[in-house]
Amino acid sequence: MSHILAAAPSGTNTDSIAVATIFWILAFISVGAALAMILVRRAVHCAIMLAVVMLCLATMYAMQGAPFLAFVQIIVYTGAVLMLFLFVIMLIGISSSDSVVETIKGQRAAAGLAAIGLFVILILAIGHAAIGPAARTTAANNVDNLTGLARLIFTTYVFPFEVTGALLITAAVGGMVLAHRERTTPKPTQRDLAARRLASGQLAPDPSPGVYALHDAADRPALLPDGSTSELSVSQTLAPRDPNEETPPVRPELPAPAATEAES
Amino acid sequence: MSPIHYVALSVILFVIGGVGVLVRRNAIVVFMCIELMLNACNLAFVAFARMHGNLDGQVIAFFVMVVAAAEVVVGLAILMAIFRARRSASVDDANLLKY
Amino acid sequence: MTTLHTVAATGALKLSWLLLAFPLFGAVVLLVGGRRTNRWGHLLGVAMPVAAFGYGLIAFFALLGDANRSQDQHLYSWIPVAGFQVNMNLLVDQLSICFVLLITGVGSLIIIYSAGYMSHDRDRRRFFGYMNLFLAAMLLLVLGDNYLVLYVGWEGVGLASYLLIGFWQYKNSAAVAAKKAFIVNRVGDAGLTLAIFLMFTEFGTVSFTGVFGTVGSAGSGVATALGLLLLLGACGKSAQVPLQSWLLDAMEGPTPVSALIHAATMVTAGVYLLVRSNPILALSPDARLAVVLVGTVTLLFGGIIACAKDDIKKSLAGSTMSQIGYMTLGAGLGPAGYVFAIALLLAHGFFKAGLFLGAGSVMHGMNDEVNMRRYGGLARVMPITSVTFGLAYLAIIGIPPFSGFFTKDPIIGADFSEHGAAGKVLGTCALIGAGITAFYMTRMMFMTWYGKRRWEPEAHPHESPPVMTWPMIVLAIGSVGAGAFLILNDRLEKFLAPVVGVPPTSEGVFSTAGLVALAFALAGVALAWVMYGRVPVPSEAPRGSLLTVASRKDLYGDAFNESVLMRPGQWLTRLSVFFDNRGVDGLVNTLAAAVGGTSGRVRKLQTGFVRSYALSMFFGAAVLVALLLVVRL
Repeated sequence: MSHILAAAPSGTNTDSIAVATIFWILAFISVGAALAMILVRRAVHCAIMLAVVMLCLATMYAMQGAPFLAFVQIIVYTGAVLMLFLFVIMLIGISSSDSVVETIKGQRAAAGLAAIGLFVILILAIGHAAIGPAARTTAANNVDNLTGLARLIFTTYVFPFEVTGALLITAAVGGMVLAHRERTTPKPTQRDLAARRLASGQLAPDPSPGVYALHDAADRPALLPDGSTSELSVSQTLAPRDPNEETPPVRPELPAPAATEAES
Repeated sequence: MSPIHYVALSVILFVIGGVGVLVRRNAIVVFMCIELMLNACNLAFVAFARMHGNLDGQVIAFFVMVVAAAEVVVGLAILMAIFRARRSASVDDANLLKY
Repeated sequence: MTTLHTVAATGALKLSWLLLAFPLFGAVVLLVGGRRTNRWGHLLGVAMPVAAFGYGLIAFFALLGDANRSQDQHLYSWIPVAGFQVNMNLLVDQLSICFVLLITGVGSLIIIYSAGYMSHDRDRRRFFGYMNLFLAAMLLLVLGDNYLVLYVGWEGVGLASYLLIGFWQYKNSAAVAAKKAFIVNRVGDAGLTLAIFLMFTEFGTVSFTGVFGTVGSAGSGVATALGLLLLLGACGKSAQVPLQSWLLDAMEGPTPVSALIHAATMVTAGVYLLVRSNPILALSPDARLAVVLVGTVTLLFGGIIACAKDDIKKSLAGSTMSQIGYMTLGAGLGPAGYVFAIALLLAHGFFKAGLFLGAGSVMHGMNDEVNMRRYGGLARVMPITSVTFGLAYLAIIGIPPFSGFFTKDPIIGADFSEHGAAGKVLGTCALIGAGITAFYMTRMMFMTWYGKRRWEPEAHPHESPPVMTWPMIVLAIGSVGAGAFLILNDRLEKFLAPVVGVPPTSEGVFSTAGLVALAFALAGVALAWVMYGRVPVPSEAPRGSLLTVASRKDLYGDAFNESVLMRPGQWLTRLSVFFDNRGVDGLVNTLAAAVGGTSGRVRKLQTGFVRSYALSMFFGAAVLVALLLVVRL
């Protein structure tokens, strides 16, 4: 594999059988993952599929003599951008999913038709286009990939580079502005929080689950000093269990726990 | 593999991404399909770079990546703002600009 | 054929614009001044025509004393355009001075009369303003030295007539009658307008000297066309058939208006036009024939209508129509008839004005009652009026030695001297007309002045005040003597000869035709005595024969106009409106509806769904790539 990754910048691969095999495997995987991406219901699964596609593409970049781009793809694209997607999915609702029913009439048919049409046209286009074989290496290109890229970026493409920098700054500021939430009430100071706590009557923090109880499972409520359960100690997402309920035996063949243990 | 195979693969991925944009209703999934389309274009650029024997295609692919990152930032921030106001991430719910 | 040679005015005639200025000044002051002039308005209104008459006399004697009797006074250059020069000039010659004296003289008398007649009217000042306006316009008509100035006066008298007929605007019938008069006159005016256009295109000028000088070289077609168009104009203004329907309705106006405008002056403007244009008519026997036919038909038409009317003013209006028919007939006979037409015109001015003023006096005394069936036996109560009326009556029916005999009978004589069968037919018709005239006038006399009193209970007839009786007396003197004065010794003939030519034969006053006409007149008198003098006149109009019913309906003149002209006109209007609404509006509305419908459908494309828009973008991208491929191919 390493000699594939360290291939010359012009990409004349010597071991074509291996490359071809890898290409076809990766091609099928990526196409399959892409199809899965548009077909699965839950957003998280779509993100996972996209990650698969991106990783395949990274490998393909490497195969084509663009190792820098391959690593940037993995680190930036998959590692940062896709993680950003996952964060937003978390914030918005991990369980939000589309229904299967299509609301716009004829959208699927039209989309399919458009897709087939575009596919055919593009294939025709690239069929007609003169896409020749990979070019031969020349003396001028006999530098490694990173140096060559750096040379191009900072000479020929320095202006797009600067503009893209400005764009990034703008995007960062824009993201900050858009996600900013205005406080509608003034931020409560320490004094306000203390006053609130005093007024509510509950000065001590909530008991953690299972305090004063025989069990400290997360779904067992804690006992208050007078023996009643404290609903506040169990997270809302879990259903609190009856504290006096006997836990069913994990394995029936094991002996039941001693009664003295249950009462202490 | 000759570049044409990579370009063909890029076309397939691009079309799949396009269909995804048209068919899915969850805004985040639509965004992700757009990312897929951008990646397909990147693949094509790299293939053409290999075809020509210079690195221009790779530089452009690099810039595409940068721009895609910026776009994702802003787009997801917008999405968050809309979600906060409407409690819904479906693109079909933003349908007031109609006849 | 006569030609017009004019010289520049000299001496007193240089002030001929005063003739226009006096009445025009009066009109402007009274109409513009408004209610502020109410107290002394009538005095100014009377003074101006009298002043104009004074100057008219001065001008007349100045003209008599001058060898050049065609004097042209240049006032200013009105239309100084290259290729078309029209000057505002006043031509004082033998023909126009006759008219000037008639208009100002009879006009002054009538205006003095109306100072008394209209004394109780609230709008008296406005009345005098309009009357002065009329006089100014009429004087401009007869004094202009080119057809365009004549046309200005022509339109001016039409306007004044409209204003005066509709003087009592609050009466719907008066307003309608004024409109009718104006519209029917307009039809005639179209003829005069076209004649002026034709003159301009053919001769390049519209002045009398210019036109009469060059018409000889234009050919008989042009002369016939001009003659017929001028005849159309004259028909409108003089209420000849076929444009006669307005004259009887015009009696809605106050009686002085009927006397001045619709008896003595405006309706004679048509005759003036024809006589002035005699060089044109001389070149076209066809036009002359048309004139003669129109005159003959009208004299019978008017006479028959007058026989059945119970309204005294309408009967007199029918009589006016008939007498002007005689004048037109005379004007169509060529040089043989021009002089007698003018003589009849001048005499008619006296006796018809006298008859109308007498009728006004009767109405004044009988509380504005016009139905002769409510009169009867008035001779004892209104002696002066009955005497003046009676003298005018004798004049109109042609009893010697009164005016009518001397002026009407030569026309009848000239008819018979026409060649061929036409002469016999025309002469017979004129004789019958004379008989009819005598019949209806005698009927009017018996119904009004003699017999039993058929008055309404609240009628208290009384003689009119002197301001009204003195003008009638003066007019009666004119009715008695004017005819003899003009015709005996060929006085008028010699005076007018340079303008209208000399009649070929002159039979003398007691010609055969004259005596036969007298016989017809006496027969008419006798018939009227049998029907109205000997038996009491019924207070309610009896059903009458078919002819009577037809005459009461103006011999179906209005019915004809309505069915032949008005209804098709209304149908045309309705058709145009239909086309406008359905066709033009339909087209526009269909276009708008199409645009609306299309946009209504197209806007359904905006579904609001982002994915639909994305789909169309996708399709667009596909189309673009395909196009690029095609181009590259």
